[in-house]
Amino acid sequence: MSSVGTSLKRKEDPRMITGRGNYTDDMTLPGMLHAEFVRSSEAHARITNIDISAAAARPGIIGVFTGEDLADVVAAMPMAWVPPGIEVNTPERWPLVKGEVNHVGDAIALVVGRSRGEVVDAAADVIVDYDPLPAVTDPESALEPGSPLVHEELGTNRSHEWSLGGGDVDAGFAAADVVVERRVVNHRVSGAPIEPRSAIADYRAGELTLWSSTQVPHFVRLFMSIVLGTSEDKVRVVAPDVGGGFGAKLQFCAEEVMVSWASRRLGRPVKWTETRSDHMATCHHGRDQVAYVRMGATREGKITALHVKIIADFGAYFGMLTPTIPSLGAFVMTGVYDIPAVKTDIVGVFTNKCMTDAIRGAGRPEATHMIEVCIDQLAAELDIDRLDLRRRNFIAADSFPHEVAYGIVYDSGNYEGTLARLLEHFDYEEFRAEQARLREQGVYRGIGFSTYTEICGLAPSRVTGPEGFGLQTGLWESAVVRVHPSGAVTVFTGTSGHGQGHDTVFAQLAADKLGVSPEVVEVVHGDTGTGPMGLGTYGSRSMAVGGESIARAADRVAEKCKEIVAHQLEAAPEDIEVADGTFRVRGTEKGMALAEISGIAHVRPELLPEGMEPALEEHAFYDPENFVFPFGAHACEVEVDVETGKVQVTRYLAVDDCGNPLNPMLIDGQVHGGITHGIGQAIYEQIRYDDAGQLVTGSLVDYALPTAAEVPSFVTDRTVTPSPVNSLGVKGIGEAGTIASSAAVVNAVIDALRPLGVGYMNMPCTPLRVWTAIQEAQR
Amino acid sequence: MRVTIRVTVNGDERTAEVEPRDLLVHTLRDELGLTGTHVGCDTSSCGACTVHLDGEAVKSCTVLSVQADGHAVTTIEGLSGADGELHPLQTGFWEQHGLQCGFCTPGMIMAAADLLARNANPTEEEIRHGLEGNLCRCTGYHNIVKAVQQAAAVQAPEEVRA
Repeated sequence: MSSVGTSLKRKEDPRMITGRGNYTDDMTLPGMLHAEFVRSSEAHARITNIDISAAAARPGIIGVFTGEDLADVVAAMPMAWVPPGIEVNTPERWPLVKGEVNHVGDAIALVVGRSRGEVVDAAADVIVDYDPLPAVTDPESALEPGSPLVHEELGTNRSHEWSLGGGDVDAGFAAADVVVERRVVNHRVSGAPIEPRSAIADYRAGELTLWSSTQVPHFVRLFMSIVLGTSEDKVRVVAPDVGGGFGAKLQFCAEEVMVSWASRRLGRPVKWTETRSDHMATCHHGRDQVAYVRMGATREGKITALHVKIIADFGAYFGMLTPTIPSLGAFVMTGVYDIPAVKTDIVGVFTNKCMTDAIRGAGRPEATHMIEVCIDQLAAELDIDRLDLRRRNFIAADSFPHEVAYGIVYDSGNYEGTLARLLEHFDYEEFRAEQARLREQGVYRGIGFSTYTEICGLAPSRVTGPEGFGLQTGLWESAVVRVHPSGAVTVFTGTSGHGQGHDTVFAQLAADKLGVSPEVVEVVHGDTGTGPMGLGTYGSRSMAVGGESIARAADRVAEKCKEIVAHQLEAAPEDIEVADGTFRVRGTEKGMALAEISGIAHVRPELLPEGMEPALEEHAFYDPENFVFPFGAHACEVEVDVETGKVQVTRYLAVDDCGNPLNPMLIDGQVHGGITHGIGQAIYEQIRYDDAGQLVTGSLVDYALPTAAEVPSFVTDRTVTPSPVNSLGVKGIGEAGTIASSAAVVNAVIDALRPLGVGYMNMPCTPLRVWTAIQEAQR
Repeated sequence: MRVTIRVTVNGDERTAEVEPRDLLVHTLRDELGLTGTHVGCDTSSCGACTVHLDGEAVKSCTVLSVQADGHAVTTIEGLSGADGELHPLQTGFWEQHGLQCGFCTPGMIMAAADLLARNANPTEEEIRHGLEGNLCRCTGYHNIVKAVQQAAAVQAPEEVRA
């Protein structure tokens, strides 16, 4: 009756399908006030005056505040990364600007009042006088001498440079017969969860409770205590139902600080919910990297060297993790290939745009996109089939754990295996024949592949922490498993799910360990006032790190149960097994259910073995030894209307390997959504600013999220290569689809257009860009 | 200025004091306490606010509350039976894993209910185009399509294609 491995229906769903979910904006507290921000209309300007008088005089307005009022905000917005051994130019960022705005949407003032309508009206009455400064929005221009400076005080737009490499790159290129060079642009995108960000702060009697639509409640508590000058025990952060994150809610937000500050100042609860327009302009964006990729290979198709120079556009400020994002990509720059010499050079740049930070995949989609697009380019250059070229360079399945040239150790993999499984679902030869037939009729179809691995399960603290990569925190995870006297179980996890199905799969995991049904296991997450500190949900870490913590805590409870049962039934603890819902003496019918054991542990502790503590509750803190490396092979078929440039994805197949599947239904769901996210970036989505720094994609009218009509049904399959890193043998899957898919789409578009002379193009493959590429190739 | 409107919401006669500029979605959420209807954008793009007005799907962010005066509104809270029995679409979304974060789900279900009312046995293509006005960032729509197909099969079994 094992539950793990089955597609158990979600425990979360009954409330959500009946409208009984509880998202932050659904809550109303007695006496609650509403907040609205006055935001910059300028990309770069000095503020010469802010006139709040008209706004403050409006009916229902309780307070209007500017940066000058924040004397009791004792620290600027913290950044979680201080890389060892290099200088990083770090601009100060305050929850409300002090004297200068650096991008459209920068928060200038906070209006608090009785109703949402009244604060919105009043915010429009705050008069801001700007002295405009020159703006720069292109990261390469920002590095040119004479460029306008985003932060004059830094004297440069360059934040830092950082390199990761291994092997002799010069010798690798010297040994190459062919070198492919491409400028790969990974454009700026929005995370765009459908639930906008929202926060409610309630400060009373010296203690703050903050409900927030966040992926990282424990981080928010820690950072809030720093900026408000209090201690963590006076701050409780609750993430109730969270309507999607995708990295957009992996942030410590100025708005969270301001509602908390305002609640402390005014003595009443304060709510803020962003509009979609706010989200597009002010919630951190992702990607925005320009990469100069050089890939060298022998005539026979053996890659000898890879050099990548990344210019990473960070926008105007640093968020929690901003400057680490391209570095995460550098960790998997070789992808699934055995490349003896690799170097990644990163230059971080400030521009007058919203800051960038982690968005689904965070650095790894960029790395995968550049290597997977460039290997297709190399295949064309060498006139070797794209899949053959990949196979010639795959890290061999028998060489794991595999240390890549720059020292990262991939835990396990079988890249040939996922590709072979993919081709069981897709007849390449038949496609080529059909493609040729259709071309004669003027129909342009293409197929693109992406064979990927990614680095996730963040993270082994010794690698990522202060002495390693420079993150100022460990990235371990926590769990408490509590058995109640009745035998019902509560699992507390420091991860903070927002759609992944944690309530379900974590219950399955604990249930199996304890011989009960998942129905009697409740999972509690996203509340710093309940279980121990944890680190939240991002970086595909919840199962590989959070799940392992739960497994360890549950194992400890099970061990205690075995000792109790052994004592009761006069057997040896090592002879007790969990089977058929009971802790049973091996080879007999004698056993006890969890409810009986827990009853003794709580109600009759005098019956426990000598010296054993009463009750039945254990915790675990788990810091992994290594990352985990999911992998897979994706194929995308597109049809391009060469008259209009419109690209339609007509088929998409994905074979992923995330180790042991604990709930296959949830894994498939993550893959479907991840693929669609990557298709969105490859064809539809782009955050664009004009040269003056005005955001021109400030709504879902201008920023095109894919709809149901833009994507096909997917073919998904799995291979299973367990991770040796954790006892569950699991890897991550939340980001994999996104990491893999954009390259498959772009490779397919190029494949479709090769007969027209289009050999390369950058995302997004919008009709205009595709049509233009065709016209230019035909010229 | 505030005006009183009378609206039949999920079968109950309700009155609310609203400003002429108030949107139906805000009246439902803030005045009537029906928070199952969500707001995901400000341009009528996402469909999270979809409800039924006199039996037809509307985006309640694009309807003034005063326009609903004298009309009947059904929200996600009113979709299941009086005894709590789930609507076939609710069952379909649950069984087919048609939701992850759940935020778009109420609007998606209400839009799908309208689709099935107009077309009891839609093709996959018709489902995909029928739900074009509702955005989901989590599921990639794959299981949403399956959920609607399951509900269609339950609601109109005699018409189900092989």
